[in-house]
Amino acid sequence: MSFESLLLMRHELVLLLAIVLLLIAEIGTNDSQKSIISPLAIILFALHTIVGFLPLQEGSLFGGMFNTTNIVATMKNILNLGVLIILLQSWKWLNATENRVKVSEFYIVLFSTLLGMFYMISAGDFLMFYIGLEIATIPLAALAAFNRHENKSAEAGIKLLLSSALSSGILLYGISMIYGTTGSIYFAEISQSFKGFEPIQVMAMIFFFSGMAFKISLVPFHLWTADVYEGAPVSITSYLSVISKGAAAFVFMIILFTVFKLFTPVWQDMMTAIAILTMTIGNLFALRQNNLKRYLAFSSIAQAGFILLGIISGTATGMATVVYFILIYIFSNLSAFGVVSIISAYTGKDSISDLNGMYKTNPKLSLALTLALFSLAGIPPVAGFFGKFFLFTAAAEKDFYILVLIALLNTIVSLYYYLMPVKAMFINKSESPIAYFKTDKISQLGLAISIIGMVVIGFASPVYEKILSFCFGI
Amino acid sequence: MDILSLFVVVPILTMIGILFTKDLKGARMVSAIGMGIQLLMSFNLLFQYIAERKAGNTAEMVFTKSYVWFQSFNIHYDIGVDGIAVAMIMLTSIVVFAGVFSSWMTKELPREFFISLILLSSGVFGFFISLDMFTMFLFYELAVIPMYLLIGLWGSGNKEYSAMKLTLMLMGGSALLILGLLGIYFHSAPDGGQLTFNILEISKITIPHDTQMFFFPFLFVGFGVLGALFPFHTWSPDGHASAPTAVSMLHAGVLMKLGGYGCFRVAMFLLPDAAQEMGWLFLILTTVSVVYGAFGAIWQKDLKYINAYSSVSHCGLVIFALLMMNKTSMDGAILQMISHGLMTALFFALIGMIYGRTHTRNIFEMGGLMKVIPFISVVYVIAGLASLGLPGLSGFVAEMTIFVGSFQHADTFHRVCTILAASAIVITAVYILRVVGILLFGPVKNPEFNHLEDATWFEKVSMITLVVSIVIIGFAPLWLSEIIRDSLTPIVERLALAGN
Repeated sequence: MSFESLLLMRHELVLLLAIVLLLIAEIGTNDSQKSIISPLAIILFALHTIVGFLPLQEGSLFGGMFNTTNIVATMKNILNLGVLIILLQSWKWLNATENRVKVSEFYIVLFSTLLGMFYMISAGDFLMFYIGLEIATIPLAALAAFNRHENKSAEAGIKLLLSSALSSGILLYGISMIYGTTGSIYFAEISQSFKGFEPIQVMAMIFFFSGMAFKISLVPFHLWTADVYEGAPVSITSYLSVISKGAAAFVFMIILFTVFKLFTPVWQDMMTAIAILTMTIGNLFALRQNNLKRYLAFSSIAQAGFILLGIISGTATGMATVVYFILIYIFSNLSAFGVVSIISAYTGKDSISDLNGMYKTNPKLSLALTLALFSLAGIPPVAGFFGKFFLFTAAAEKDFYILVLIALLNTIVSLYYYLMPVKAMFINKSESPIAYFKTDKISQLGLAISIIGMVVIGFASPVYEKILSFCFGI
Repeated sequence: MDILSLFVVVPILTMIGILFTKDLKGARMVSAIGMGIQLLMSFNLLFQYIAERKAGNTAEMVFTKSYVWFQSFNIHYDIGVDGIAVAMIMLTSIVVFAGVFSSWMTKELPREFFISLILLSSGVFGFFISLDMFTMFLFYELAVIPMYLLIGLWGSGNKEYSAMKLTLMLMGGSALLILGLLGIYFHSAPDGGQLTFNILEISKITIPHDTQMFFFPFLFVGFGVLGALFPFHTWSPDGHASAPTAVSMLHAGVLMKLGGYGCFRVAMFLLPDAAQEMGWLFLILTTVSVVYGAFGAIWQKDLKYINAYSSVSHCGLVIFALLMMNKTSMDGAILQMISHGLMTALFFALIGMIYGRTHTRNIFEMGGLMKVIPFISVVYVIAGLASLGLPGLSGFVAEMTIFVGSFQHADTFHRVCTILAASAIVITAVYILRVVGILLFGPVKNPEFNHLEDATWFEKVSMITLVVSIVIIGFAPLWLSEIIRDSLTPIVERLALAGN
């Protein structure tokens, strides 16, 4: 192993460097100098994001524990972009007086979870995968409880911690069964030692499936989602709903496609049922929400159901459509969360009825939220349309027409509730609409990036083609 | 820039132009100029098309262009037109032009109104020039979604309910469409070649019979929802009644035609076996549409509801004629699309003008309008006569052709359907003459109406544009019919082949 081969871990090393630098900066500054932490963190992370896009070699490290391929690097870059947007969007909230003392904690802990996700995605064996998963999850509970003086936030932290502990337990149990029957924890060796539908191995796969279903919040493992999303600060909620979910979906897909390839018919059946449940229940619950964060929580559960449509095909096309969809989903959901976090940071309001008549007072924010919701609903010309259409195509390719039909009917239900805020902002009259306020430049930048991404990515077919070209050979 | 893409680009430029305006005056000026250019372009397109055919170009589609978009799915931006598409583009640009002048006095959020209106029209234009089902569908959805805000924000009456109902039902239709389109796509290369969304390429192959039978209902109903196919028409009366004038015009005049157009261009053309075998089922439904819509119109008191139900009836007749599947009746169907598009737009424009003056749409509260607003009233009579099929106006040409074509079927089933549908003409006469009688003649019921002012110049522009088009088609239908008939040949031949 030489120094060059360490560069395969470029994403992780640069991020680690950023974390260490932030730690030093935190120690080396006194209270009056803390205001440099935020710009420093954002600049460091922006550099890290740029470094991620440099061309890269494929290869593996530590005897196959750590793999880097183009598609894995693409996934990491997508997550990086999402986190960068979140950092910009949380600027205003983070620099409020009550949070100023814990600014560096926010960045350091957030970056640590991202680091965990990177290791999880790159994992070549179950040990690395599990370590990555835990690094990604445990700090998240701290973040969810960031406003620790608020009951709801503290409750969210505990709920997240307990439910992830449970899911990790289930996951570990499944992994131990695999190790017990195959004698290996390496992905490549395991997939070769599967010979037939050995009941205990199928069982192991089901345990693995359930454990991951917790992380992606698929029905019936979704119950923690709404409470945690509601209690956590908006920035953390958006992080949970896009980055954490996206990373879990990526690794879930990779492991199903490589390790459990033999069991494809089994997990396809399970996934059909779970996809239908997830979409339907997520949508039906979203219909009744008035709190914007709970509303987006259920919408994100339903979106996870759509993601399964791409995974279920088990093909390179399916993988490409999932990565493409998650890219689009990150941009659209972050646009929606961006508006919600701006509104909540400036006015403290976070329910749909508060939006009444907002178009008259804040037309730009209203338009941004409208576009974001249209993208989530899959309406052209915003990118969500392309993402969803391609997911349907991937599922239809393997003749899952009934599943596609149910998903399509679900899009109609979802359209209803995605139009509710639009109706509130444009049509409903209000005695006291949210007054006009001027948004700071950094939040504007964060929102602008996500909106531009959301509008452009759909039309930019090279993005999809590039992702697809990376997916072959997985 | 090629001649067809301009039809999408000009509306986009117009929308950008409106963004830079400050108030109603600027917004309507820019819209009128943009849509005026669009109207001139569509005349230009018509003449170029005729010249192209004269020069001996017999290709199915002319002015075709193809740009690769998503290579791996073989999605292209494919455009091209035949006579039918040219005719529909003409119709659209006339109605949009008239629609802009009908909304000349939009007070509330005028810039947003015109942007949404033109966004809708750009979707319609894009739909008619597309040859690739993916882009076609994209434009289709683009045309449908602005309706929500247009009705919900600028509408009247029970507008929120109507807007939501209309949007959800039409999006439900498009959900069925996606499934049908994907079904066709994955069977578009029977011998393992490249899959394609291109309509012309798919029309060269035969999709397996069972596949056709499975996907045809999805596609036909999907488009049928927009074409107000019974029992999926219920969005239409509510939607039209609540929509602002220009939106009703555009929606009944043009958007509902997307449904009929898609039915034959996609569903019947690409799945001819299934169309032949399952046609009878939909024929019954459309016959119900035609008769039910006409009866529905008799009982209504609200002017807009009357017209909305009459649209259900007339649009039903379009799909009815398409399902008769011979050249004459399908020719009539296209003529009916254009004729109905023009006269229903005119009706809704007139209703908007009358409502703007009397502030009521209940026909029993009005009367004797002929004396106070003669210009509008006379045009109303003309529109009514066109609707009930008076020779010399466009409605007669269309309905005559449809029933001549339909009667060519000698079997009992088709005869019964034809006779039932033809009886709707009589009912049409009843409800049209009833309204004309109550509304325009007799004494002036409300003394306040004695001081109403007749049409202003911009209203006249809107009315005259539409009336002239109706009269031209009524007196000289042959050139139009000629263009349409030639373009129908491949579709009719393919259907006939499947029938044998």
